[in-house]
Amino acid sequence: MVLVFVLVGILVLALVGVGLVTASRSRRPTRKAPSAPRVGPGAPAAPAAAGEAPAAERLEEAGEPERVPAERPALRDRLGKARQLLGGYLDGIRGKAVDDATFDELEEALLLADAGVATTSRVLDDLRAKVRSGEVEQTPEALLAALRADLEAMFAGDEPTLALGKEDGPTVWLFVGVNGVGKTTTIGKVAARQRAEGRKVVLAAGDTFRAAAGEQLETWAERAGATLIRGSDGADPSSVIFDAVAHAAARGADLVLADTAGRLHTKVNLMEELRKVRRVAERPPGQLAEVLLVLDATTGQNGLVQAKQFLEAVGVTGVVLTKLDGTAKGGVVLAIRGELGLPIKLVGVGEGVADLVDFDPAEFVAALFS
Amino acid sequence: MFETLTDRFEGIFTRLRSRGRLGDAEVNEVLREIRVALLEADVNLNVVKDLIERIRARCSEAELSKSLTPAQQVIKIVNEELTGTLGGEPLKIRYASRPPTVVLLAGLQGSGKTTAAAKLARWFKQQGRQPLLVAADLQRPAAVEQLRVLGQDIGVTVFSEPTAPVTVARKGVGEAERLGRDVVIVDTAGRLAIDDALMAEMTAISNAIRPDYTFFVVDAMTGQDAVRTAEAFNDALALDGVILTKVDGDARGGAALSVKEVVGKPIAFVSTGERIADFETFHPDRLASRILGMGDVLSLIEKAEREYDSQVAEKATERLMAGQFSLEDFLEQLQQIKRMGPLQGMLGMLPGVPKDFRNAKIDDKDVGRIEAIIRSMTPDERRGRAVIDGSRRLRIAHGSGTSTTEVNNLLRQFKEMQKVVRSMGPVNRLVNGAKQKPTKGKQKGSRFTPSSRSAR
Repeated sequence: MVLVFVLVGILVLALVGVGLVTASRSRRPTRKAPSAPRVGPGAPAAPAAAGEAPAAERLEEAGEPERVPAERPALRDRLGKARQLLGGYLDGIRGKAVDDATFDELEEALLLADAGVATTSRVLDDLRAKVRSGEVEQTPEALLAALRADLEAMFAGDEPTLALGKEDGPTVWLFVGVNGVGKTTTIGKVAARQRAEGRKVVLAAGDTFRAAAGEQLETWAERAGATLIRGSDGADPSSVIFDAVAHAAARGADLVLADTAGRLHTKVNLMEELRKVRRVAERPPGQLAEVLLVLDATTGQNGLVQAKQFLEAVGVTGVVLTKLDGTAKGGVVLAIRGELGLPIKLVGVGEGVADLVDFDPAEFVAALFS
Repeated sequence: MFETLTDRFEGIFTRLRSRGRLGDAEVNEVLREIRVALLEADVNLNVVKDLIERIRARCSEAELSKSLTPAQQVIKIVNEELTGTLGGEPLKIRYASRPPTVVLLAGLQGSGKTTAAAKLARWFKQQGRQPLLVAADLQRPAAVEQLRVLGQDIGVTVFSEPTAPVTVARKGVGEAERLGRDVVIVDTAGRLAIDDALMAEMTAISNAIRPDYTFFVVDAMTGQDAVRTAEAFNDALALDGVILTKVDGDARGGAALSVKEVVGKPIAFVSTGERIADFETFHPDRLASRILGMGDVLSLIEKAEREYDSQVAEKATERLMAGQFSLEDFLEQLQQIKRMGPLQGMLGMLPGVPKDFRNAKIDDKDVGRIEAIIRSMTPDERRGRAVIDGSRRLRIAHGSGTSTTEVNNLLRQFKEMQKVVRSMGPVNRLVNGAKQKPTKGKQKGSRFTPSSRSAR
């Protein structure tokens, strides 16, 4: 305890001077006072009170959804463009003898793909050991193949499927992440997919902070043919999700997709807010089956920190990697999978309603070196 | 927690025997560490290579100075090199002689263009200008609506119409002329650098409105790809500056360095939070320390600024400066600190805290015991007006569920602390100290260590 006291003392002295520099900021400003949630135009004028007869039909007539093609685009096809630009990146090492330069090239490729220093050194050290022991042949092609196999093996056993609740009542999938990674867009795409598979979907506009986030989700609800439950701007996100679950339960919907405001994982109070959202989403009749971290493929090493913090706060169950249709490789998910054991579930490859594909380790790893 | 570079360097240099010049072997070892640190901070690999060569050249030239340890000297070189790369000529906005001054924002999806547009508008307003916002992002659902709401919050008119981005941009500038606005900020849809159609549209917008300033908006969390994206946007648009967003997170922001190297244009603004007011001009030195993993003091300050109740802090500071720091003040500060998260994490951010301290296992429950002890005291005891004798100590121990030994320890430690407080003089020095160069931060931190040592 003495030690703790000393440490607290150090902190007090350091912080007391620092704390007064500017005014405190402990809460986000709210725009308007909260009021009762309203139901978006996906189901026009549906009463918030649950259990009324016409409600079920209203879900059916929830607009003419955009068709999601039965054939989903493969990651391979969507990467065509980005690949072309980088084509033959590793041509330099092909057909030559294996030496230090070969390993340098591989290291460079991994580092440039945002794999991070730790992951890169680890997989390359393994590879060197295998070459020494004769397990891997001394040709660049064999080296590359072995490396790809190693990386793919990191995702062994993962299934890109999203879990559904086992009991009665709507399944809840919660989407979390930092600002601007594409949470709302991802929800729109997931909703369209689930609708195409015949499920009744309710979207919960839990981002009550960012201006017009609700409107953005509303557009997606229309596109996907899902019902939208909204609160007013600045309302408690937990209450919106609570209402959405109640609404879904009353109308016999299968799935609630809960949006949340983007938040940096360093903001203590906002992470607290998210914990509360999770607790509310868990409450019956809702069954929280997935907490999905949405991660931008352009993110660098901070992605691992994000994943750690969100995992610790709300028990993330899987990752959605967005914007992989650009030149960014999203290599940080290697560290996320390796260190935290979080499976990668889905990959976003564009702005269209159908631009969402299942994560495929082989394609992902191939793209790292393309 | 990330070991600061200084710590790693100290380790390398303790083996350093020859004085006078840095040996090649040591330099190589140090450079390897720097390389890892820069890569971990998301500086692009090719940019890292260039930087390392420049640093190597300077290290081998450098005479060891008397006042600095070799580690400090290398840090100084690295820091100067980074600051130099990030800095250069700061951007000075020159307003068009024939208004309006046209500003165009471009960037990837989700980099924060729309928010940056509103923040920039507010900044121009503060400079005494009358800006107009133009929402030319017709792609993302509700992007126009988002800018409208933000515009309303800051009292800036937003122009848009559901036609085509190029048309909206052109008409927007016309609208600014009609309304007599002297600055017009055009927000555009996020796009990938490899999307030829959208990049062509971007060029078309640029040609239609002939912007005075084109800013590339980039997320501070961006990884290696920042270089490629910045290159592509620079080729298409001839950028004038960079706006770095989301720097309020804990990303080390190496992307800024990459982008600066590639584009060669200044980082004009940084976006430091979610409120519209969280927007400031760029300080190269702060980011340089942060990239090196030494800017944690600044993160700590920022955290304190956010979570600390300024009134409580102000009051405590006054008392501290008057040398009247009491247990009551201490308790109040403790509450504030608790709001900022686990102690262990915060301690890791302080430079100059000895390693064995930093690695000590800290149980936040012990903080609760300290609180309990202080709460079991009478107001007079807390304010130091009553002498806490044996029977009072026993009462306090009973009241807090601790032992008299623990109460004794706490009182003794507190007395030590008060001594430090008195010897420290005005706290201003502390505040300034925290904002100085990181190498100084080390000294600042060590000022605390005597009391810590005697405490053990």
